[in-house]
Amino acid sequence: MQRRTLLGAAAALALTAGGALAQDDPLKVGVVLVGPKTDGGWSQHHYDSFVKMQEHFGDSVELVVQESVPEGADAERVMTQMALSGADLIFTTSFGYMDPTINVAQKFPDVKFEHATGYKTAENVSTYSARFYEGRAIQGHIAGKMTESNIIGYIASYPIPEVIRGINSAFIHAKKVNPDVEFRIVWAFTWFDPAKEADAAKALIEQGADVILQHTDSTAPHAEAAKTEGIITFGQAADMAEYAPMPRVSSIIDNWAPYYIDRVQAVIDGTWETVETWDGIDTGMVGIGEITDAVPAEVRDEALAMKEAIAAGEYHPFTGPLNKQDGTAWLAEGEVADDGTLLGMDFYVEGLSGEIPN
Amino acid sequence: MIALERRPEPSRAWQYATPLLAVALTMVAGGLMFAALGKDPFAAIRTIFWDPLFHPQFAAFSRPQLLVKAGPLILIAIGLSLGFRAGVWNIGAEGQYIVGALCGAAAGLALYPSDSVLIFPMMVLAGALGGWAWAMIPAILKTRFNTNEILVSLLLVYVAENLMASLAVGALRNPEGGGFPGSRNLAQWDAASNPELIAGTGMHWGVAAAFIAVILAYVLLARHLTGFHIRLTGEAPRAARFAGVSPARLVIFCLGVSGALAGLAGLFEVTGPAGQISIDFNTGYGFTAIIVAFLGRLHPVGILLAGLLMALTYIGGELASFMLGIPAAAIQAFQGMLLFFLLAVDVLTNYRIRLGRREVAG
Repeated sequence: MQRRTLLGAAAALALTAGGALAQDDPLKVGVVLVGPKTDGGWSQHHYDSFVKMQEHFGDSVELVVQESVPEGADAERVMTQMALSGADLIFTTSFGYMDPTINVAQKFPDVKFEHATGYKTAENVSTYSARFYEGRAIQGHIAGKMTESNIIGYIASYPIPEVIRGINSAFIHAKKVNPDVEFRIVWAFTWFDPAKEADAAKALIEQGADVILQHTDSTAPHAEAAKTEGIITFGQAADMAEYAPMPRVSSIIDNWAPYYIDRVQAVIDGTWETVETWDGIDTGMVGIGEITDAVPAEVRDEALAMKEAIAAGEYHPFTGPLNKQDGTAWLAEGEVADDGTLLGMDFYVEGLSGEIPN
Repeated sequence: MIALERRPEPSRAWQYATPLLAVALTMVAGGLMFAALGKDPFAAIRTIFWDPLFHPQFAAFSRPQLLVKAGPLILIAIGLSLGFRAGVWNIGAEGQYIVGALCGAAAGLALYPSDSVLIFPMMVLAGALGGWAWAMIPAILKTRFNTNEILVSLLLVYVAENLMASLAVGALRNPEGGGFPGSRNLAQWDAASNPELIAGTGMHWGVAAAFIAVILAYVLLARHLTGFHIRLTGEAPRAARFAGVSPARLVIFCLGVSGALAGLAGLFEVTGPAGQISIDFNTGYGFTAIIVAFLGRLHPVGILLAGLLMALTYIGGELASFMLGIPAAAIQAFQGMLLFFLLAVDVLTNYRIRLGRREVAG
């Protein structure tokens, strides 16, 4: 057997891939998921969006999916194998895949990569994410109105800007309609661990929380909340409608399919370029799941009005006056947060108690 | 009627044959499972066992990856096997692996961005010491207070995981990382990196250390008095005590060695393939190594082969997963079957099957 180097093999492959495209072979789209594709949340919603994308293109796109890939060295190997197998476009759908994506992209300059929620790009690496905080604002509003104990529980995953942004946004809007509201935050340090998430929900309910918000991917907190009368929850990443009308009263839905269709089309047309996409309610990337009858009509109307205002660009969830947790001024009256600050957000706003783990 | 009859002593032939039989049974049962999932069982088995080694597209990449994946498994399993032979059950190698990586990374990062050639050797030492110290907790608790080392070492895994999470967002966080958790990338800092020693082979210091550990363990068990004590204690604890073996010292030795080797594995991983301490840097090598140790019959050479086989099922499993659409859970079940069948057919080593009527003592 001849010895060959990785780069040699890669180059040979890139050549054959280029030739194959011309012969109308299907475009091969690879997907790396952090959880099982049936997690009921983040990974499943990505997966479903990819399936929709493939239905859109039919036989001209071949979809290969690898689920439950740990972040780190294993991710790098999986991506390399996908690139070697002839994938033309690879989507890596978890924050922790950032460095592996960049590393593998360097070795395969002719393969395009799309990394979700990261901040590093390259000539063949784009990033994409959604402004989930817009949905969090609406959740916060409903939560602030609905809570009777004035204690809102929050199951947070990792202390990264995306998660901190969500906590701040929900808190600001809960506080606005209910000045007595208090947030209890549990850091689960996982995206997907049903047992841990259920434990966190249970602990929060025992502390008196009657609203559970989550930034983790499974439906376990809903199942846990359903055991106690009067607790409400919100679907995360997916609609989680199987827990409606109670405890799940609404949800933030990630709608990736239009973006995926766009990007695959761009590769087919040869117009793919590096972009940093950060879309929200206006383009439909962030969807708000049906607000159930458990929510009073008046609150529902207010929430929907906020959604309209955000979609129309009339309202930004981070509008001053806002102070940081330590009391220092952040945004003046009427001032709107810039994307740079939001993308690197590492502080709580005034009124939140506790510290961001560090 | 089928009866099991205890052999006077374990069959040597079956001792060698059972791992092969277990692999064969796993292929059959796994094939049936894949078929039940609507996948071509032959294609699946070929993709798992054959393609990573010989597929023209993948082999050049996946063959070296076998070493990368097997290295830490072998290194940890060698350490565990010493204890397992002596009846010292270290189930917490995962925690020692984490703490080794943390100590090694911390020792290096304290001197960032120095480019001294002494940095990497110092990190290796710190990694081994970290793993050793973490294993000393169950060792000392056992020898002083007679606690159960299985429970203590296992529970310390969860302590280590949380320690790592807190360091990844705190003390070890990359100050230039924009507030994101995770340390600096050690693989990209020359003084601290553990690169491929020969390009394109996957061979890094951790793999080299694993091979050295195999040889040293072999010599220890075959030629050295401590090795004899380990074997004696496992096979005949009372005889060992009469022979003057100190159980306490053996516990300290076995846990210490396995902790240090797990710590080394963690250090080589964090400076090489993984690159950085992140919140979930560990991916279960410490637990999988337990399977590797038993699959390899607690014998150094067996462990070497078992580690490579396990790595093959990981890498081939990934290929099967995305090329044939087999769910990741089915691949894990497949790996689980391997241990299940090994334990099941192990009965043949110690027992003989007799067909026919059992003689009734008159």
